[in-house]
Amino acid sequence: MEGPIKLQTPLKDEDVEKLKIGDQVLISGVLLTGRDAAHKRLVELLDKGEELPIDVKGQVIYYVGPTPAKPGRVIGSAGPTTSGRMDAYAPRLIELGLKGMIGKGSRADNVIEAMKKYKSVYFAAIGGAAALIASQIKKAEIIAYEDLGPEAIRRIEVENFPAVVVNDIYGNDLYKEGRKRYQIID
Amino acid sequence: MKTIKASQITDAVKKMCMDANYDLGEDVVKALDEAIEKEESPVCKVVLQHIKENSEIARRDSVPMCQDTGFAVIFAEIGQDVHIEGNFVDAVNEGVRQGYKEGYLRKSIVADPLNRVNTGDNTPAVIHTSIVPGDSLKIIMAPKGGGSENMSGLKMLKPSDGVEGIKQFILERVSEAGPNPCPPIVVGVGIGGTFEVAALLAKKSLTRELGKHNPDPEIAKLEEEMLEKVNKLGIGPQGYGGRITALAVHIEKHPCHIASLPVAVNINCHAHRHKEVVL
Repeated sequence: MEGPIKLQTPLKDEDVEKLKIGDQVLISGVLLTGRDAAHKRLVELLDKGEELPIDVKGQVIYYVGPTPAKPGRVIGSAGPTTSGRMDAYAPRLIELGLKGMIGKGSRADNVIEAMKKYKSVYFAAIGGAAALIASQIKKAEIIAYEDLGPEAIRRIEVENFPAVVVNDIYGNDLYKEGRKRYQIID
Repeated sequence: MKTIKASQITDAVKKMCMDANYDLGEDVVKALDEAIEKEESPVCKVVLQHIKENSEIARRDSVPMCQDTGFAVIFAEIGQDVHIEGNFVDAVNEGVRQGYKEGYLRKSIVADPLNRVNTGDNTPAVIHTSIVPGDSLKIIMAPKGGGSENMSGLKMLKPSDGVEGIKQFILERVSEAGPNPCPPIVVGVGIGGTFEVAALLAKKSLTRELGKHNPDPEIAKLEEEMLEKVNKLGIGPQGYGGRITALAVHIEKHPCHIASLPVAVNINCHAHRHKEVVL
């Protein structure tokens, strides 16, 4: 097995073009965080034709709702949440230039289509590995929707954040392909 | 008659909220070790190792192993010769309130399923009580995350569907859940009773020590068979494709009506958290 691919955010087209499903990556740089309630607000702003509080171009959004940080720590435990809940909103952000999403669980067909069309990649982080992932987060600050508590949008800085490519820009899906490979039919 | 003070219950619940979220049981760690041995997919082997490492960090640093520190689900077996001094439900909720605040656990409960405003302290707990003989009070605290809970299901089968119908429903649920409930999972199954009893049995089966079979040999055999079948689905750790989709299948059954055959499947993730105390 080859070693993990190192990625530095923000991502460009040439970064995502080389990624294929099953690739293990280590992401460094800035990530934005957000989940259900924050996504809903962002898309409501877009519907009204208003400007977003964040620029998503080239960015990677991590779907997470961390626990409160203990004193002396930059963030609490911070594992990925189920991405399917963001499917209703994700294509709008991908269209605006969002280059990556990190979460867990399968995505809807229209999200996968948008990823192909606008060159965006979906990564999975290990669901539940929240203490381990928190140790890879070096800085965190809330940049929008503080009233949403764990669902507020944060800007976090990560070093060697481990993830796996689940949907690449070529329309492949690791959840489907991986399962086929290991399925045993009696 | 033994008297137990409300404050004792609060203190016990508070401690269990924190311990359950920081400290993965040895039974689960052992099952993870076995899974690492058995897993054939290289990327999934790494995943399982990371999951184990995560539990070690959580225990060492007293931080939650998963950011979804769950709905506080409480099973209380109250001895009929116990007198509780004070309000039992208030005592449990106060324990949850203090445990989730002082333990820096995430508050994930909204007061109203439609308006969705967070209660801010992870209360109310979901409390199941049963009256049992004796003069002790056993409390099990099992935080339940939303991601895995959402993948659960219940079906009212026809008695003629029989055990084959039950097997098919379990496989259907796990298969549809795929990567979403953070495999490797633990599958809790409740068979029989009524609509609500089946669901409760499925949830309660998840509080059993991992890998310990149902004492009924027929059900124990079904547990083994279903674990094998679930693992043949190939979903694998995190759904990346692999041999280990589930660490265990736990099944409980209950007498049921001549017209009914309810079956409930409640899925838990690898953060298979539960603590118990006897007062």
